[in-house]
Amino acid sequence: MSAPATEPASTAPDAAPPEPRYVPLRTAVRALLRKELALELRAPQAVPAMALFSVTTLVVFHFALQRGVVDGDLASGVLWVTLLFAAMLGISRLFVADHEEGGLDGFLLAPTDRTALLVAKAVGLFAFLVALEVVAVPAFALLLLGPSPSFGAYAQLAVLLLLADAGIALVGTLVGAIAVQTRTRDLIVPLMALPLLIPVVIAAARGTSPLVLQGGSQGLEVRWLFVLGLYDLVFGLLAYALFDYLIED
Amino acid sequence: MAALPAAIELDGLTRRYGERVALEDVTLTVAPATTLVVFGPNGAGKSTLLRVLATLLRPHAGAVRVLGRSLPDDGWAVRGRIGFLTHEPLLYRDLSGRENLRFHARLHGVAFARVEELLERVGLRLRADDRVSTYSRGMVQRLAVCRAVLHDPDVLLLDEPRANLDPAAADLVEPLIGAASGRTRVVTSHDPAGGLVEADLALGLRGGRTELLAPADRVQSHEIWALYR
Repeated sequence: MSAPATEPASTAPDAAPPEPRYVPLRTAVRALLRKELALELRAPQAVPAMALFSVTTLVVFHFALQRGVVDGDLASGVLWVTLLFAAMLGISRLFVADHEEGGLDGFLLAPTDRTALLVAKAVGLFAFLVALEVVAVPAFALLLLGPSPSFGAYAQLAVLLLLADAGIALVGTLVGAIAVQTRTRDLIVPLMALPLLIPVVIAAARGTSPLVLQGGSQGLEVRWLFVLGLYDLVFGLLAYALFDYLIED
Repeated sequence: MAALPAAIELDGLTRRYGERVALEDVTLTVAPATTLVVFGPNGAGKSTLLRVLATLLRPHAGAVRVLGRSLPDDGWAVRGRIGFLTHEPLLYRDLSGRENLRFHARLHGVAFARVEELLERVGLRLRADDRVSTYSRGMVQRLAVCRAVLHDPDVLLLDEPRANLDPAAADLVEPLIGAASGRTRVVTSHDPAGGLVEADLALGLRGGRTELLAPADRVQSHEIWALYR
């Protein structure tokens, strides 16, 4: 058997420090997202937990409210409370595999911008929230709404959901990165995230309320979309500024 | 002829965890393509030293230069040139061996052909599509070695690299992480005799302080054993 080949001696003993290597942000985000998706498909945790929680909660509301249908402010509140608490489950699990299996260190050793992890985690959580809503919103309509709202109302609700999801994903990524470093992750996440997400709940619930009226939906007030958009912008900038400090030593 | 620049330079490196001092006033120089072996009992600061050099921990005092770059400020410039093998394999258990290496290859801008080459060299090609959770400890360690050298690093930081490896597996990874790899290496070891054989420079730590620092050929095994008493 021939002797195994050795690695090339890559340290050239010359005077200048070697050139830095750098992997573009977009490449790193794609790699991280692909990994997130592969892990969730291989060993589903976040999406099934969130979806099951939301459906169970809506069933409980169905019986606890002791009425066949709800509408307006009550319906809107039920929907957003359910979605928000379901989101807490996803946020709690967001960094667990990375923390427990050393993936975070693996990423920190890579020659790329740390913002890649923020972007990948936020986009991943955003996708998980959309998947949650694909299950939760029909369940909500089936269990608690009267005559189904119009297609237009659902389209406007979708816009609200997407803007709210962006805010939840950004705040959730920040809080998840902090919480995973503590022993009381499941307690820290709601304690930190829920107060930060109150503006999202207010804007989303107020925006949703006229869309789920029994007598036919009224139009969505555009100001709530602006509020959500502004919230997303502020927390996007905040997350960009803070994230490096949260994941580094 | 001009002197060769050091691959690693520490000058008064100090690192604490809260009130506890993990490393105190460590000063040394490692020349390119040589091996520093770090000895010391558990809690001596060996792993902390590797994590500082890997840019994962910030020094609290003193100067640290790796490949001519100052840490932590220029950490970004050396990250892609450091290979780090620690007790944690830094691999996802629910991904396959190949998926894990491809993930790290993407993060380091390395072609997938390098992944296949390494899987072949450490004898994992036939199990490459199995989940890491189904691997034995030795197989996980071989895969972790692949991850550490995937991007052809200039500096290797190896925390007890042969742990969990049987002699045949140790032979397989030797060309990748051994002295013949031609890389600058910092290796932690609890094996005085074996460690001294592969060392150019020996560092003995106890309680975060330097108890011994000398060229390996001037160090006797009993001096290393004394660190553990």
